[in-house]
Amino acid sequence: MLNEFDLNALIVTLKLAAISTVILLLFGTPLAWWLSRTRWKLKALLEALIALPLVLPPTVLGFYLLIALGSNGPLGEISQWISGQPLAFTFAGLVVGSVIYSLPFVVQPLQNAFSSIGSRPMEVAATLGATPVDRFLTVAVPLARTGFVTAAVLGFAHTIGEFGVVLMIGGNIPGETQVLSIAIYDHVEALEYGNAHWLAGGLLLASFITLVVVYSLNRRFSLFKGGD
Amino acid sequence: MGIECRLKTTHSNFSLDVDLSISLKGITAIFGPSGSGKTTLLRALAGLEKNNGYLKVGDAIWESEKHFLPTHLRSIGYVFQEPSLFQHLSVRGNIEYGYKRSKISDQSVMEKAIELLQIDHLLNRKAAELSGGERQRVAIARALSSAPKILLMDEPLASLGEKHKKEILPFLELLHTELDIPIIYVTHSVDEVAYLADQLILLDGGKVSASGEIAEMLTRLDLTLSHGERAASLIQAIVGEYDENYKLTYIDFSGGRFTVPRKQLSKGDRVRIRIEARDVSLTIHQQSETSILNILPVIVDEIADEGDAQVLVKLRVGNDLLLSCITRKSAQQLDLKVGKKLYAQIKSVALLS
Repeated sequence: MLNEFDLNALIVTLKLAAISTVILLLFGTPLAWWLSRTRWKLKALLEALIALPLVLPPTVLGFYLLIALGSNGPLGEISQWISGQPLAFTFAGLVVGSVIYSLPFVVQPLQNAFSSIGSRPMEVAATLGATPVDRFLTVAVPLARTGFVTAAVLGFAHTIGEFGVVLMIGGNIPGETQVLSIAIYDHVEALEYGNAHWLAGGLLLASFITLVVVYSLNRRFSLFKGGD
Repeated sequence: MGIECRLKTTHSNFSLDVDLSISLKGITAIFGPSGSGKTTLLRALAGLEKNNGYLKVGDAIWESEKHFLPTHLRSIGYVFQEPSLFQHLSVRGNIEYGYKRSKISDQSVMEKAIELLQIDHLLNRKAAELSGGERQRVAIARALSSAPKILLMDEPLASLGEKHKKEILPFLELLHTELDIPIIYVTHSVDEVAYLADQLILLDGGKVSASGEIAEMLTRLDLTLSHGERAASLIQAIVGEYDENYKLTYIDFSGGRFTVPRKQLSKGDRVRIRIEARDVSLTIHQQSETSILNILPVIVDEIADEGDAQVLVKLRVGNDLLLSCITRKSAQQLDLKVGKKLYAQIKSVALLS
């Protein structure tokens, strides 16, 4: 069964995933909207930058984050100035890392969903008197709801599954920065296969159930998308 | 209400350069071949395309050098070629979308549009459950729900099949007569122009080639519109007596009276009559021993060649205009000259409404 350490790791993980997902959605939605609409020449550059975490080894990302978040790094200095301590080896540092690490998993589904709406519904809304913000909230967001579901679930699940970045910048402090994936690693290192099974199996099952729910929701949503 | 617009815009392979001053009444059709800039002009009026130009609608300046009124602040309704209903909303949600955002708290136009377009029974349905014709009717009602000052329509029938076209046309005509909202109607169909338009703006290669009253424009011999197979004239008329004995309806206009087989019309109804040029023949004397009932005294107004063998004759009948397409040989035998008085024999007339 789960011991106290495992339980703490679970709580830290869920908290991290939830906070990261909320930040990702708040930050990723306008970014994805802009990317889906802009004809900016250097758009590909930004898209590549956002997609980097998909291909980079997490340790590379973690290494640079560690430097940036540390007491001599730019983010670390800002944090030091505000809160008196650098971001590395703190929960807040983990959130920053997770947001960057999971960014493509949120931005890409949103961008695809926004692109597939096309400009027509927005034009219709404009001719009906809706302001830009109004038509974004009442037309673009509801029409992109499958994108939002996918983005939220992928962002959440991917944050739960991260390992390399956390290991680099989190420092594995129980109750503070120790997450499930690292707890599993620790159990295996200590040959506590029973505990590892509980956590690994639990994650496997939870991930599978989540994906089943997402896929069946997407199917139901797509029913509304009849031709026009 | 009038529109003054001077718009200039250049796309990669196409440029629009118009200088128009039109008084809006009834339905103004913008007509031209595809690629002539009709849709671009309409989108510019709606503010969906940004141009450098000047646009004044009624007393309000919508565009000038320093000023561009964004689409959502323009009092327009816009019907796109495809119905483009919001898929996430019900029919009612779609229609009320515009009403909720208008400054006018008067539901009467929205209710009237729902009634005229006969969509009350569809209100609780989803957009995806409707047929093509129903969707376009909902789209039209949606565009009207905010009680706009102008209704802009971009080939609203082009995406529909023949059957649905016939289903929508009468509704458009009803809107025209029942709601006091001027309509600007983009189309490349001569039939729709003849059926609906009161005024016509001809667009060609991004420029306005001519504009004016519909009956006059259709019979202007210097325009391509009056030439070719489907050349026809248009006459506004009023339904008169009904002859019970022969089951015939009489239809009166400025130049006399047409006789047509009984129609479902009541006395006093306004109708449009379309007469194809090839259905009109000319005689010097009024024939009496003929099966043709519609014989009218006319005066030759203008003559133009129509190919090698034929001529097109523009005729004045009362205050109205007729076109007649006859052979050059006949024209010579009749000694046709401008100002000559003749009789036109009309083989068939089409009632458009």
